[in-house]
Amino acid sequence: MDGSDPSTEVKRGAEAMWEALVAEGVEVVFGYPGGCIMPAYDVMPRYPVRHILCRHEQGAAHMADGYARVSGKVGVAIATSGPGATNLVTGIATAMLDSIPVVFITGQVPSKFIGTDAFQETDITGVTIPITKHNYLVTRAEEVYPILREAFELARSGRPGPVVVDITKDALQNVCAPVAPKPATSSKRPSRAKRGLAPSKPISEHDLDRAAALIASAQRPVILAGHGIVRSGSTELVTQLVEKCDIPVGLTLLGLGGFPATHPHALGMMGMHGEAWVNQAIQEADLLIALGMRFDDRVTGNLATYAKNAKKIHVEIDPAEVDKNVRVDVALIGDLKEVLERLLPRVADKKHAAWNAALGAKRAEVAPIDIVNTPHDGRLFAAHVMHDLYRLTEGKAVVVTDVGQHQMWEAQYYKHDHPRGLVTSGGLGTMGFALPAGIGAAFAAKEKEVWIIAGDGGFQMTAAELSTCVQDGIKVNVAIINNGYLGMVRQWQELFYGGRYVATPIVSPDFVKLADAHGLPGMRVTKREEIPAAVAAARATDKTFVVEFRVEAEDAVYPMVPAGADLHDMIRRPSKNNGGAK
Amino acid sequence: MSDRVSLRTFVVLVEDVPGVLNRVASLFRRRNFNIESLSVGKSHEPGISRMTIVVRGDDRMGRLVEANLYKVVDVVRVDDITHRPNVSRDIALVRVRATPADRAAILQVCSVFRARVVDVALDSMMIECTGTEDKIRGLVTLLEPFGVLEMVQAGSIAMTRGASAQSASAQSDAVEIDSGDDDDVDLTDEAA
Repeated sequence: MDGSDPSTEVKRGAEAMWEALVAEGVEVVFGYPGGCIMPAYDVMPRYPVRHILCRHEQGAAHMADGYARVSGKVGVAIATSGPGATNLVTGIATAMLDSIPVVFITGQVPSKFIGTDAFQETDITGVTIPITKHNYLVTRAEEVYPILREAFELARSGRPGPVVVDITKDALQNVCAPVAPKPATSSKRPSRAKRGLAPSKPISEHDLDRAAALIASAQRPVILAGHGIVRSGSTELVTQLVEKCDIPVGLTLLGLGGFPATHPHALGMMGMHGEAWVNQAIQEADLLIALGMRFDDRVTGNLATYAKNAKKIHVEIDPAEVDKNVRVDVALIGDLKEVLERLLPRVADKKHAAWNAALGAKRAEVAPIDIVNTPHDGRLFAAHVMHDLYRLTEGKAVVVTDVGQHQMWEAQYYKHDHPRGLVTSGGLGTMGFALPAGIGAAFAAKEKEVWIIAGDGGFQMTAAELSTCVQDGIKVNVAIINNGYLGMVRQWQELFYGGRYVATPIVSPDFVKLADAHGLPGMRVTKREEIPAAVAAARATDKTFVVEFRVEAEDAVYPMVPAGADLHDMIRRPSKNNGGAK
Repeated sequence: MSDRVSLRTFVVLVEDVPGVLNRVASLFRRRNFNIESLSVGKSHEPGISRMTIVVRGDDRMGRLVEANLYKVVDVVRVDDITHRPNVSRDIALVRVRATPADRAAILQVCSVFRARVVDVALDSMMIECTGTEDKIRGLVTLLEPFGVLEMVQAGSIAMTRGASAQSASAQSDAVEIDSGDDDDVDLTDEAA
């Protein structure tokens, strides 16, 4: 493979496929075989790539996604045609909404059958146009290698995202005719891989000066830290800006870890389940500096009343996100790292003592009613689990969450000081994400312990992937937060639907026995004092370990900004430690 | 910059590959941009197709349409020519009932609108008309009393006036020479 131009060798499309993956440095792929992808599986053992056999293709998609989020590399998932390909769809959409670079390779029926409704045929390129950065139908063996290389480049460049490469069975089976190396392109067009984003004008000195001037004149600035900080690796530069200009930082869900949670300037998560003092800070600010975030509706609440008196600076790699939801005064479109490198020398040291003190005072008001600070009465709350897990792992674990109440409690109580320490489905909110994404994360974070936190509902969606852990010897720690409800929906029913709990009480299997059925160890925890022993037991084994936490059934996530309400119009934490029950 | 909602015209150069129209149309559907008109055809460059897309929206939406179009990998270049002097044309074919007695009158209407008769049958005529949408509407209004039997209108195609050109390989615009008062230059529309 090395030392020769693969495009001039005689080989089959299936071999070209693996050579492209090896050339991209792919070490692990997640997949499921089937009729049309079989030629690729047949030659796989010849290549130094590990294959993880998922139990459902959705699992493979989330595994590749979790791997990409933690490693910073491009994840790869493989499926066959038809139902194999359509089973990936939820995972593709999840990666799209969170800008995760994943290349999905799907088999397709032989090209002569395309359009005939052949056995296991679906038009997967047609299906995935709206949920991919780009996709391809490959019908010739010669195209396999160059298109896969382009797909990887597209997936990771600019604003990252998922790319689907659908390859017909004949393209995998046929021999590629040797082709001459491509001459250097004579066209002045930008390469395809550079596209997918507007040809951004270089960021002008003028705009950088305007941003610096706004920062210099602000009295009550707030930085909004988003996922772009993690993706661009700008944590260090953001910290410099924060310390130089004494600016408090609110974080988006996907931004958690992008700025250290224990830094004195970290306010915590903002938005629907953000802390009251963070959302109030944003509403009272005279300047918002949005770094790699896109003003999602879960962050802004009602746009008409959002940060009305604040000037706004938006640093964002995707021009289509600028001015989409919130109109900004200065847009700096480009790579966050580059922008910060150029902006930092322009801003002068500054102090915002009064502003920071006022925010600190607001924070102090709330702290006494926080459940982890109040003496417990024997009942186990999910917040206890998150807080103790944070303490016991010293904040060093990679935490992979599912979607729902536990996800928000995790975001509130596990303090993330390092980028890529939290893996969660933010944009799409995909239940069933955690277990498979955690399996992917385990491959990327070999030296770290991985904790999967899932609700009883979401866990059941992809629980079959426990078998994947067994077959492929994967070690993850699974914490199931069991409250007997689809908790977040139940909470909405309690608050906004007159307490009518329709279809939200959910029966679960005995999760410890379920682990046992897979040959995996497990424990049940019903009291707070049992948490350390369970964590220790999970850590003591090199097998995947399942801990079921039986927590307070009708606890709710507070504070809460109801959907579409004003950001400052929050339902606060109840002042009594009764877990939210009225 | 204005918040006024108006028709906006985009010239979009795309690679001539299967599915590109689907990708662009899918983008407009997904983002809930309402297309007034979309036409696709060849450009002067091999391998590059040219779309003219007319959308209703304000300036902010215009910027978002442009930025989103660039996210389609097959899109090579996008120009919002709404505020630039441009020539925009629709084409229509109209079949109108034409008794021998009416033919002369119909021909007269056609001549005023510089429309052409492209087919004549015993009791009908087919008329081809190019021009702005207004002009075509004007023609159809005058033909209606005779009895419009069938009509087809294609989407707008547009090109800016002057020396600038939408080229797929151009990295920067050529110096733009506006022809100034565009109302006088547009000879073909004088009748309408």
